[in-house]
Amino acid sequence: MGKEEYRDLFPGALELMILQTLYRRPLHGYALAQHIKAISDELLQIEEGSLYPALQRMLKAGWLESEMGMSPRNRPVRIYKVTAAGAKRLEAERSSFEKMFAGITRVLAT
Amino acid sequence: MRNLFSRERRYSELSESVREHLAERVEELVEDGVARDEAEVRARREFGNVTLLEERSREVWHWPRAESWWADLRLAVRRLGKAPGFAATALLTLAIGIGANTAVFSVVNSVLLKPLPYPHAEQLVSLRLQAPGAEGLADFRDQLRLSGSMYFTFTEQNRTFQSVGVWQRRTVNVTGLAQPEEVCAALISDGVLETLNVPPAEGRWLSHADQDPHSAGPVMLSYGYWQRRFGGDRGAIGRNIQVDSQPRQIVGVMPRGFRVVDGDWDFDVLEPMALDRNAQPLAGFGLMGIGRMKPGVTVAEANADVARLIPVWMESWTNGPGTDPHWYVQWRITPHLLPLKQEVIGSVGSVLWVVMATLGVVMLIAWTNVANLLLVRAEARHMELSIRAALGAGRWRIARELLVESVLLGLVGGVLAVGVAYGGLQLLLAMEPTNLPRLNEIALDGWSLGFALLLAVMTGLVLGLIPVWRYARGGNALGVSSGGRTASASRERHRSRNVLVVAQVAMALVLLVGATLMIRTFEHLRHVDPGFADAGHVQTVRIGIPESMIPDPAMVARTQHDIVDQMAAIPGVQSVGFAAAAPMEGIEPNWNLIFREGQNDKGNDHPPMRLFNYVSPNYFRTMETPMIAGRDFTWTDVHGPTPVAILSESLAREMFGSPQAAIGKRIREFAVWHEVVGVVADVHENGIDQPSPAMVYWPPKPGDVPGLKTLDFARGATFVLRSERAGSEGLVNEAQRAVWRVNANLPVASLHTMQETASRSMARTSFTLVMLGIAGSMALVLGVIGIYGVISYTVSQRRREIGIRLALGAQRGALRWMFVRSALVLTGIGVGIGLVAAAGLMQLMKSLLFGVSPMDPTTYTAIPLVLAGCAAMASYLPARRAAGVDPMEALRSE
Repeated sequence: MGKEEYRDLFPGALELMILQTLYRRPLHGYALAQHIKAISDELLQIEEGSLYPALQRMLKAGWLESEMGMSPRNRPVRIYKVTAAGAKRLEAERSSFEKMFAGITRVLAT
Repeated sequence: MRNLFSRERRYSELSESVREHLAERVEELVEDGVARDEAEVRARREFGNVTLLEERSREVWHWPRAESWWADLRLAVRRLGKAPGFAATALLTLAIGIGANTAVFSVVNSVLLKPLPYPHAEQLVSLRLQAPGAEGLADFRDQLRLSGSMYFTFTEQNRTFQSVGVWQRRTVNVTGLAQPEEVCAALISDGVLETLNVPPAEGRWLSHADQDPHSAGPVMLSYGYWQRRFGGDRGAIGRNIQVDSQPRQIVGVMPRGFRVVDGDWDFDVLEPMALDRNAQPLAGFGLMGIGRMKPGVTVAEANADVARLIPVWMESWTNGPGTDPHWYVQWRITPHLLPLKQEVIGSVGSVLWVVMATLGVVMLIAWTNVANLLLVRAEARHMELSIRAALGAGRWRIARELLVESVLLGLVGGVLAVGVAYGGLQLLLAMEPTNLPRLNEIALDGWSLGFALLLAVMTGLVLGLIPVWRYARGGNALGVSSGGRTASASRERHRSRNVLVVAQVAMALVLLVGATLMIRTFEHLRHVDPGFADAGHVQTVRIGIPESMIPDPAMVARTQHDIVDQMAAIPGVQSVGFAAAAPMEGIEPNWNLIFREGQNDKGNDHPPMRLFNYVSPNYFRTMETPMIAGRDFTWTDVHGPTPVAILSESLAREMFGSPQAAIGKRIREFAVWHEVVGVVADVHENGIDQPSPAMVYWPPKPGDVPGLKTLDFARGATFVLRSERAGSEGLVNEAQRAVWRVNANLPVASLHTMQETASRSMARTSFTLVMLGIAGSMALVLGVIGIYGVISYTVSQRRREIGIRLALGAQRGALRWMFVRSALVLTGIGVGIGLVAAAGLMQLMKSLLFGVSPMDPTTYTAIPLVLAGCAAMASYLPARRAAGVDPMEALRSE
């Protein structure tokens, strides 16, 4: 389902970034997009919109939940935050990424 | 599933979020000094393809397979809703077809397929014997019943049975409860309850100790009788009831639905048979036997076991000093054990299979009709389907859409059909076909519902596959070019529908032939002279006088005479008589060896057995059975000393050559010679469709061997009253009062008219007739609709061609004939196929026919003509429309 989603990133990277960002602080869609763009702009090319299918997937998987809140500009917006299941997932993903990076680094170092 | 429902909310939330996102970005850009127009364009560009992303986000929530099926289903519902006429026709046709089949399946399943309601019913057999060497016996039964001595031999010495029992029906009088009444009793030996092995609902079984020949043992009640007379009161156990004026203790009640060898007969009371082992002769073949085989024993093994015991039986018992026990060798008695179920079902199996097959054919006709409608619809979408196929729609995708529509039709039709089946069964049960065994077990159960579902799904698939095969195949681009604009439809496109019409005509023909043969059978039965006349004006009343109430036989004859006098005094009653058994009542016949003076006088020479009956003076006059020769009995014959007899015409001819020659000759059953004083016309005693047996009629007088209980004459008698008021409540009440003026303790039963009794004996024929008649008319109507539909559709498709023909100078009459002719050709082919099929299938109905050959030429000529006439009419209407086409208009359209 939707494999093209990962064209610009390796599988799971976008999810990992979203989980990591929202785990620190619940955000609404626009703020989340700006945040990810800001920290990854130079490295990764993503469309702002491509966040939304990913968000829906994660909502469905139960890693995120949404609630109504206020934006800094005082507009009513949906705030996304990480659920307990999402936190667990983040933990698992992070350790598997770290292992993978460690592996890659070691290979590249030789 | 929750996803499906909460999705609308999700979608709107998602769109909201995207809108918020864009709005916020625009705000930001505007704050940064970008012009609003410019800002909006940039926000969108940065966001990406909004529609695509929204679409992708939504897909996350999808369940894609089911979703698209669901979409197809909704489309199908909507499309059917757009064509209510088509939907209603198709659904009604399918509902009736599936419903009728489900109803009949329920009957077949309950009656023929389900095991009998006894534990391990497959071990039960009916102990039937045949005696092909017994002369005269073949007149009325191909079956020899068991004697008491056989029962003892079989039960004591068999190797293959767990238990063996014998039983016998009789009617007894129960007094002291409410009004005195005559009820049905089953006399059962030890072993019957053990064999059937159904525990009592209350109390206990009759035990071995209860089978004491020297005392009046206890009785058990049927559930129905217990409810009727005791209101289901448990206190009834242990109480005494008066059975034939003897007090008998009630020790138990059998559960609801229990029958002693299930059949069309039901008991109220179970009595111990109390056979005296020390007083059993070889003879006395009046008992019906059942046995439960040991596990793993086959019917053939049990049969061999019983065959082994027949000589043992002959060695072990005697008919008395001076008789030859080996005399029965010439009877060639052989066991013919039947699985009990076969015995219970009897001949009704063939009726039910015929009905089931008939309705199966109706189902096929219904299918072809609906398939035709579907084809027409699919044809109308030919263009659309071709274009879609050309645009790259998969074959399966298009097939699925067509299939979803037809399966939907099938399933909705199936749901409606369950209602139809339920109604049909209620109707059937209300009709109470008396000849249908196990009627109380018939129900719309899980199996029936499963059958309906199966049929519905099959309907959907079969119906769907025809258009699928026609249109999804290849889905060629050719359709686009040839679909609308060519001058006339291609031959290919009509072929499937023509095949369907031919099939329909053939099937309708088979059913109509079957129905007509049944009608002719019925007609023949109605024209059979039953040996009595004007049966609608004969009232029957059955009265039994038990020995315990009036022990003296001479007194019984007196009492019966008094009853006749009392009844004759009722206003409007023209004449009164009685007989031990009236025709077609199903009362078991009596028979014995009948000797003729001057022949078979030696002790060991045995003449044929004959059926006999006891009839009173005026009985024949009341029944309007003609006297062929001599005279009727008089009361002097009954009360006086001179022994006399009357013979049936066929017996008189057989024994003496002619009715006149029989008068004055003498015959005997036991020691006393009786003079033949009269000969009467033959009577169809066992049913109108059964041959009339040769009969001896004795006057109802005390037997000539005093003291032999079993040889007692007509203690139970059916009184017949000829009156214009027969069947009316008033006459019945007056007849009852007349009886009670003679003896207030006498019960009165079987209050029918002779007409009702005779109709019951035709019940099997009328039941089959009604079913086949319904099926046949359904087939005819559906067939006519089918032909009409095809021809009128052809006409509408060929308007353009007709226009061209007319413009070129075709005669309107010739055009009309062209269409009628094409219908007649189809009908002709269908009739041809149908005739062949009918000739084969009607052989299966042979046993149901009477007086008509399964190849009856009248039927086989008339039905094709009727069908051809109907086809001509069905095609004439559209043909006339075709001829009425205005050529200009036809060519200008499109």
